[in-house]
Amino acid sequence: MSGSDTAHDDDHVYLSLAEGHDDGSDARWAFGTGFEDPLYGVDTTVPEGVDAGEVAATCVELADDALVSAQRLAQWCTRAPELEEEVALANIGLDLLGQARLLYARAGQVDGTGRDEDAYAYFRDAGDFRNVRLAELPIGDFAFSIVRLLVLSSWRLAHFERLAAHHDPVLAAIAAKGVKELTYHRQYAAEWAVRLGDGTDESHRRMRSALDQVTPYIGELFTVYDVEGDVVEVLRQVTEAAGLPMPQIPAAHGAGRDGQHTEHLAPLLAELQSVARAHPEATW
Amino acid sequence: MSNEMSNEWPLYEVFVRGKRGLNHVHVGSLHAADDRMALTHARDLYTRRNEGVSIWVVRSEHIAASSRDEKDPFFAPSADKVYRHPTFYDIPDDVPHI
Repeated sequence: MSGSDTAHDDDHVYLSLAEGHDDGSDARWAFGTGFEDPLYGVDTTVPEGVDAGEVAATCVELADDALVSAQRLAQWCTRAPELEEEVALANIGLDLLGQARLLYARAGQVDGTGRDEDAYAYFRDAGDFRNVRLAELPIGDFAFSIVRLLVLSSWRLAHFERLAAHHDPVLAAIAAKGVKELTYHRQYAAEWAVRLGDGTDESHRRMRSALDQVTPYIGELFTVYDVEGDVVEVLRQVTEAAGLPMPQIPAAHGAGRDGQHTEHLAPLLAELQSVARAHPEATW
Repeated sequence: MSNEMSNEWPLYEVFVRGKRGLNHVHVGSLHAADDRMALTHARDLYTRRNEGVSIWVVRSEHIAASSRDEKDPFFAPSADKVYRHPTFYDIPDDVPHI
């Protein structure tokens, strides 16, 4: 403003085209990084009146759902129908893995054990995991993974939207971050569900079959969180647009939250945990 | 083979505008079945590291490009027209923003 060279440069809008970012170390990236810490500025002390044990249990449950889902999504690497879909599924898995890490870390903070995220992920057995059983089922075909993702992301999103108002500020911040991620996961799954349901005879047949396989596990989700209305509304919209039958959701049978799992969880964990257990003191 | 090729998703070109950028910059290509899928693929492939605030996608076949053969008639003539650069007048010291 004073006419000095510095002010002169700052005012020149076109300079920003050639500029990288403020931090010179980012210069080699076309657009820079500028990542944000989702917990930046959040007070990590447990507020008075908040039940630490309950917060820890909630964190572990939600983290287990995310970790097991992430592992299943990662299994699409090298197997997805298109390279672009492989990256998309891996991205979604990594979002969930990020949520799991924050949630495990919070659980260890508040339950008094001081355990780190690895202790929860790698050194508990299947009976100690609290994930819902839908998350642990094998990946099946692409249609099955899409229907499962649609159901799980709708369910988790509806719960996270409520959780963002939780009295524990850390849990609330994790949920607020997750809402944006889950909104995209749900959108991705819904677009594919419509595309496949309304696609060829073969894709329609596979989507029907996938719905039949997923439906028996949906009831369990509603015994865990009371968000049936939200999820049913999503399913109604998507199945209608996709020309698929709206599933009749049966009552829950079995409960992953109580440690009752299908035979599919133990082998998944064996693969997930093998390296960490073979080298328990290793750091990476 | 030609039958197989026709079953492939069409190619799209992707342009991303960065947080501080004013224009969209070409970042690469991808395959997608339709415009909407191309946008989600572009989001997943090219904005994973917090690069973008806006994405354009366009079917590659819809881009008209100059060819290598035209390089000389297209671009060489501008190389010696120094008078097209606004450098032949004095800027008064008290005129900012030039």
